[in-house]
Amino acid sequence: MKPGKRLSQFIVFNLFGLISYLIVVILFIILGFIFIRGFSVISWSFLSAMPAEGMTGGGILPAIIGTGCLVVGSILFAFPVGVLSGIYMNEYLKENWFKKFIRMMTNNLAGIPSIVFGLFGMALFVNQLKFGDSILAGSLTLGLMVLPVIIRTTEESLKAVDTSLREGSYALGASKLYTIRRVVLPIAFPNIITGLILSVSRVSGETAPILFTVAAYFLPKLPSGIFDQVMALPYHLYVLTTSGTNIEESRPMAYGTALVLIVIVLIVNMIANAIRRSYRKKLKLR
Amino acid sequence: MKRRMRKILEKITEGILFSSSTVTSLAVLLIILFLFREGLGIFTSTSVDRNNVLAVHSLNPVNELTTQQIGGIFNRDILYWDEVGGTHDSIILFTINEIGNYYNEEELGTDFEFLPQKIDELISHQPNMIAYFPNLYLAGNFHGKVLPHNKIGISEFFAGKSWYPTSEPAAQFGILTLILGTLWVTLGAILIALPIGLVTAIYIGEVAHPRMRSFFKPLIELLAGIPSVVYGFFGLVIIVPMIQKTFNLAVGETALAGSIVLAIMALPVIITIAEDAIRTTPVSLREASLALGASHWQTIIRVILPYSRSGIIAAFILGIGRAIGETMAVLMVTGNAAMIPTTFLEPVRTIPATIAAELGEAPYGGTHFKALFALGIILFIITFAFNTMVEFIRPRKSK
Amino acid sequence: MPEYKVETQNFNLFYGDFQALKDINFHAEPNTITAFIGPSGCGKSTLLRVFNRMNDLIDGVKVTGKAFIDNMEVNDRSIRVDELRKQVGMVFQKPNPFPKSIFENVAFGLRVNGISDRHFIEERVVESIRKAALWDEVKDKLKKSAMELSGGQQQRLCIARTLAVEPSLILMDEPASALDPISTGKIEDLIFELKKSYTIIIVTHNMQQAGRVSDYTAFFYLGALIEWDKTIKIFTNPTNIQTQHYVTGKFG
Repeated sequence: MKPGKRLSQFIVFNLFGLISYLIVVILFIILGFIFIRGFSVISWSFLSAMPAEGMTGGGILPAIIGTGCLVVGSILFAFPVGVLSGIYMNEYLKENWFKKFIRMMTNNLAGIPSIVFGLFGMALFVNQLKFGDSILAGSLTLGLMVLPVIIRTTEESLKAVDTSLREGSYALGASKLYTIRRVVLPIAFPNIITGLILSVSRVSGETAPILFTVAAYFLPKLPSGIFDQVMALPYHLYVLTTSGTNIEESRPMAYGTALVLIVIVLIVNMIANAIRRSYRKKLKLR
Repeated sequence: MKRRMRKILEKITEGILFSSSTVTSLAVLLIILFLFREGLGIFTSTSVDRNNVLAVHSLNPVNELTTQQIGGIFNRDILYWDEVGGTHDSIILFTINEIGNYYNEEELGTDFEFLPQKIDELISHQPNMIAYFPNLYLAGNFHGKVLPHNKIGISEFFAGKSWYPTSEPAAQFGILTLILGTLWVTLGAILIALPIGLVTAIYIGEVAHPRMRSFFKPLIELLAGIPSVVYGFFGLVIIVPMIQKTFNLAVGETALAGSIVLAIMALPVIITIAEDAIRTTPVSLREASLALGASHWQTIIRVILPYSRSGIIAAFILGIGRAIGETMAVLMVTGNAAMIPTTFLEPVRTIPATIAAELGEAPYGGTHFKALFALGIILFIITFAFNTMVEFIRPRKSK
Repeated sequence: MPEYKVETQNFNLFYGDFQALKDINFHAEPNTITAFIGPSGCGKSTLLRVFNRMNDLIDGVKVTGKAFIDNMEVNDRSIRVDELRKQVGMVFQKPNPFPKSIFENVAFGLRVNGISDRHFIEERVVESIRKAALWDEVKDKLKKSAMELSGGQQQRLCIARTLAVEPSLILMDEPASALDPISTGKIEDLIFELKKSYTIIIVTHNMQQAGRVSDYTAFFYLGALIEWDKTIKIFTNPTNIQTQHYVTGKFG
């Protein structure tokens, strides 16, 4: 190689590296900024009290509980449907037009903007089915939104299970269902769980789908049933930032809320990564 | 007996699995159905509320007015009848609130029972008046001329430049500014995110040590996992003031702020998919190129990028799709002024932000409500088209 | 009419348009070992999978002609495929123990059959592991994961797993190809031992192995059964020139 060629390659690669690290820097700026500003706000009372003084004081308990409700509700819907769907796609359906169609629809569902989910949830769940602004309507809307994630991870995890294990089971006279239940699923499960965890992260952060299906602007009480409205962390952050009664004075509350959101996402991501890593190790053992 | 039970059980299980697998398709179909059911109504709605009427003197040569003209008249932009095809007389406005200027309470009756007659009388005496009042007060033997309710036309909707969904008497639903605003912000985001994303994908996929790869990957995933509202918040407290100071603007909430935030949000999508595509290049191709004496850099440019072209294009399209549909972050940082964008340093308003900001206040089933759903349809069609395109472009993963 | 354990009559098999087996007429007597040999893609593994209908798992497979086990036609509509597979054990090329304990691997086939008597299961598991000549190596760690065993041990575990369901016919698809020579020797000894109570068909690439363990050898080429005779005859004095070339290593 000519020295000039080598030098220009060296420069280009280092430039590329620099740009790549820039992205990491941006990530750390965002995280660091919110951590530093938000850390002083976080206290036990911030996490456990109702908002007060026109949302310039008090805490964010109802938003935390509300987001919790939505996470549980949407997962209760999306996880079984998603896993069953993934099983059907990978274990039962042959490569034909129907499977292609379903896969295309699933990918398309994944690509629909979250605000459109909000519109849809409002039209179907809130108005047509008359659930009203409720945990039920919000959970179903969010559940539909994360369904493709769960289906995809389930499919991928099942695909990763060696065919020879299925054959071994069939050769012993096991039925398809028995094979799936006793051989395939137990192996694929840890990986399926990572899909679930990532959906939790997504559900807890989404705002647009819940704007018109469940989120309450200000509701300093805890929900008592699935037809109640709730506050939610991401919407609360939005309200505090843009349309609170006193935006300047509720800024610290906003930093605190953002930090809580980020911490949830971080923890959830870490758990998912840990599971994935231990799963990979387990597979390598073979 | 037992065998039959098992057979039935297996059939039932398969049925449950099958129905689960149809949920996504069903959801897409339902989304289409409901969006269109609510949204298409915009083209049968009228810009003047059906519960109100616009009326003129019976001899006024003007027989109908467009939405724009009505808006102009009531904004006092149009002052003479000849501007809308009438005589050269100045237009006198009348809305129901102004009835007190013409008649006292006694004349109108205790329960306003004489109001319809009085309005009729008023219009009959004022040849140059245009009156806007509820249907309810339209007298049975009205002597004036009631102007027809115009339906909102397709061209009026798509090409109209004014978005005043709540203005009276004629709301204006021109979405051109919103479409252009969306495209503008997205264009900015893509101009920033594409080069950075591609370069990073090449670096991580080709140049960086595998150990660095496993350092980058989770961080990029994390970047993808941060909620959009947090990005919006970050943009609002950091990027917006920065832009305001740097360019010495009155407000920092600009298209540029939206583009930057969107670029950061689209990066993980672009990097992940482009990098996947780059890494699917067969080792043999790469080795052949290197064996011919090409440098690593030349191999990347001449062999790897062309080979993974379709995957990289798919990454770009998905990145654009993500940017177009993004709501909260954009809503929080772009200032949301509905005007046709000319620079990146002015506020713009996007389709998703409009829906998010206004749906809460739009009365259920009203024209405004329908218009917002129509915006939803447009958004849906754009993203659906993009995703379907990707389905055909993106190569199947070879495992 | 002689009683054959396994028989095919004018058997053809197609993957879509591709004919993988051409007019196969073959049989095996009880308590014999038959080796299927031939170059890759010659159809020997495909024929093996006919007998326990593992080809059902592949899309677009079509068969004509007949295949019998104990004079029972395997593709007959009255045959339940899971019942058939319980009678026909199969050992695969790559050891494929389930990621469960050693004990549970062997018990799997019993549980599939709905057997829940713990005492019975325990007895049968121990017996099967003994038969598979694995007992001394694993008797202290039955609860350990099967993944911790060596490749050869895993393969013998898979054989034990097969034996536990008490099949009468055992199909082996290159059972030693992924193993080291010592493990291979142990497997071959085991196969020879098993002949006493089972009929065995073994697919192999390894000429020496075919020569060592089998009573009969069938040579396949391009989907056709070229020659089939006593092993000694095939290896010393084959009739067909292709067979001769193959066993002497001129191609394949």
